[in-house]
Amino acid sequence: MDNRMKVAFSARAENEGFARSAAAAFVACMDPTIEELTEIKTGVSEAVSNSIIHGYGEDPTQMVELECQIRSGGKVILIIRDQGVGIEDVEKAREPMFTTGSTEERSGMGFTVMESFMDKLEVVSRTGEGTTVTMTKQLDISNGF
Amino acid sequence: MRLEFQMTDDILIASAFGELDHHSAGAVRDEIDETMKAFGCRHLILDFEKVTFMDSSGIGVVLGRYNKVTKQGGRLFLAGCSEFIEKILYMAGVFTVVDKQRSAEDAVCLLKGQQQIEMEVSASGQ
Repeated sequence: MDNRMKVAFSARAENEGFARSAAAAFVACMDPTIEELTEIKTGVSEAVSNSIIHGYGEDPTQMVELECQIRSGGKVILIIRDQGVGIEDVEKAREPMFTTGSTEERSGMGFTVMESFMDKLEVVSRTGEGTTVTMTKQLDISNGF
Repeated sequence: MRLEFQMTDDILIASAFGELDHHSAGAVRDEIDETMKAFGCRHLILDFEKVTFMDSSGIGVVLGRYNKVTKQGGRLFLAGCSEFIEKILYMAGVFTVVDKQRSAEDAVCLLKGQQQIEMEVSASGQ
């Protein structure tokens, strides 16, 4: 049985917590382990932060979209979408320690963290049009649903 | 995220409570830096025992404090990190430069023990 949810929220930093909690609450019915839940929350947090900071430059009038899908067999798909500035060179942005540089002590490890905690990470971006991050994770289950 | 501070000799212990993400990182960074300045501490212990969530924003907070503390001749210790927090910090190679201890108390003991040895060495050298 498949299940799906979608939410949109302002590109405000305080919504990072909301987004990861919403994703965690949605997948909770699959009875994930604490570790799986933490990994999902972290992946969502990284992708949503990227959209808010880089995609929209923290412009609260813009909206970030989070979509979660649960497939039978315990496969979780997380899609984070923005219509922001986009990433010029996705391959380069995915390299560990890559950062556009700033005084705010950014580590450039966001994509690396997403990659390590998810089974699959796909980044589609177009300059001036936005970025869609799709993460897939197979839960070790399954009792719930 | 909430911070609690404790000072012992020239060591500042900053204990963090709650979630450390991009949203909270800025305030955490400022509060620690201001407290370090106000108390004029030399060493810093970041106690993450009560941190319930951390993403890659934590890496910047840790490495930024490491730069500040080493510049003033002090040492930075991380204490109470969960397995998950350690995993994220490891990815960025944080532990190649930052020491970690099981608890803040262990880090204080180690720092004070080393200071004791340094004092004895300099006394015997005179």
